[in-house]
Amino acid sequence: MAILQQATIDAIKQNESALLASWIENLGDGGSLNDSRISREDVSRQAREFLSLLVTASANGDAADLTRSEWLDSRQFLEALSRSRAMQGFDSQHTAHFIFSLKRPLFDLLQKAYAADPRALSSELWMISELLDTLGMHTIRSFQKSREEVILRQQEELLELSTPVVKLWEGVLALPMIGTLDSQRTQVVMESLLQRIVETGSEIAIIDITGVPTVDTLVAQHLLKTVTAIRLMGADCIISGIRPQIAQTIVHLGLDLGGIVTKANLADALALALKRSGLTVTKAAG
Amino acid sequence: MTTRSGTHAIRSEQDVVLSRQAVRKLAIECGLRLVDQTKLVTAVSELARNTVIYGGGGDMDWELVEDGGRKGVRLVFRDEGPGIPDIKQAMTDGWTSGNGLGLGLTGAKRLVDQFDIQSAPGEGTRVTITKWN
Amino acid sequence: MDRIPILRMGEFLLVTIQVDMHDQLALTLQDDLSTKINEISAKGVLIDISALDIVDSFIGRMISMISGLSRILDAETVVVGMQPAVAITLVELGLTLSGVSTALDVERGMKLLRERVRSL
Repeated sequence: MAILQQATIDAIKQNESALLASWIENLGDGGSLNDSRISREDVSRQAREFLSLLVTASANGDAADLTRSEWLDSRQFLEALSRSRAMQGFDSQHTAHFIFSLKRPLFDLLQKAYAADPRALSSELWMISELLDTLGMHTIRSFQKSREEVILRQQEELLELSTPVVKLWEGVLALPMIGTLDSQRTQVVMESLLQRIVETGSEIAIIDITGVPTVDTLVAQHLLKTVTAIRLMGADCIISGIRPQIAQTIVHLGLDLGGIVTKANLADALALALKRSGLTVTKAAG
Repeated sequence: MTTRSGTHAIRSEQDVVLSRQAVRKLAIECGLRLVDQTKLVTAVSELARNTVIYGGGGDMDWELVEDGGRKGVRLVFRDEGPGIPDIKQAMTDGWTSGNGLGLGLTGAKRLVDQFDIQSAPGEGTRVTITKWN
Repeated sequence: MDRIPILRMGEFLLVTIQVDMHDQLALTLQDDLSTKINEISAKGVLIDISALDIVDSFIGRMISMISGLSRILDAETVVVGMQPAVAITLVELGLTLSGVSTALDVERGMKLLRERVRSL
């Protein structure tokens, strides 16, 4: 158990506004206030809010064990703060600085409060220091977690952006695939193709793999599964732009392309799609 | 790490439908994408049917599990039925002891991320599956 | 509900599956359909499964059986409206319903049936 002495908590409570003022000043020295991404008012408000949470929690809770329920509000506050800092594009140092810049003002305050009792001072300083370090670490951890989430989301967005399903004609969709296909990417892309077939009521889908240098067994199998799934939904699929190397791979792997329509390039595939839709393309007279 | 768990009885065909609905809710709760929800629920349908038809009824234990930020659903189908004499054979596509297509066990295995089966003649069958988000 | 209704549209039969299928229901439907095809000499059967959120091997087998049965009874079967997630799952399960005709929706399914019947 390491509960802060009542005198420490009283000292913080009595000097709350002065403490807050010097904390905010410290934050300013660290550059946290001259930033267009966050306003001075917001930082001040966050500091005020956190200080009051800290006072409440340390009055009731064990300062050495932040996993306890008394610290729940403080922890959640810091998690939310880290998350918003991560979203705003701050780095981890900046985010942790929010907590660490409270050290100096608190130490000064304690020095005054315990001027007559050096032994109590050192024990309280140690405890406060530990407490702030732990809170700071928690902030960094939360910050990292938020950043990872941001990266993950961006990856997913990129995945969707990288292979758009385009409408070539009424009832004809095309999926031009570019770059190396891994199994996960193929899966996501194929799912969005199937979804778009339903949404647009398209009866023909062309998967163009001209821009795909190689495929491995898994991807080739996935391609075949997609063609089968498209057929189950009641649409037809044409694969175009199969490079010679990929054709060899498919044959080597012993995969059966039977029943799948393939065309040398996207233009031929479109021509076939139009023909199947009962359309003919003719040159305008004159 | 288990966050929540429970058990559903699987005695009749109606229970197969109910277990599918229950697992759908769990799958949504763990944030599985629609395709993964569908795969999991389909696997449940296959395994729960096996429990009723071949196992003579049994139970499905469910758990919401977490592993380093990943969430998932883990299900155990258990029965006290006659058991499977040759698991390797039962896990072959197209093999069937009844009048099915023989895709129940192998199909279910392909639809989930982890699959484990324990069975011996006279000792019932226990199939554990997990799907991660 | 212990029966899936079968609607008659001229020489075609339309079945819309909207409930969570259980096995007995599937078997009843199979019986009802073959009786009905025979009764009215139906030329085609349209099965709309757009409301089904899963198709397992049992339902898959039922669809194949209905298709095979109706062919023997001189009727074409078209399955319409399979959801993308269901189609992906079915392929993964190992069921490709080969020999079963499919269409995106009821309207296109009807068109396909008419073409098939006319070409006979």
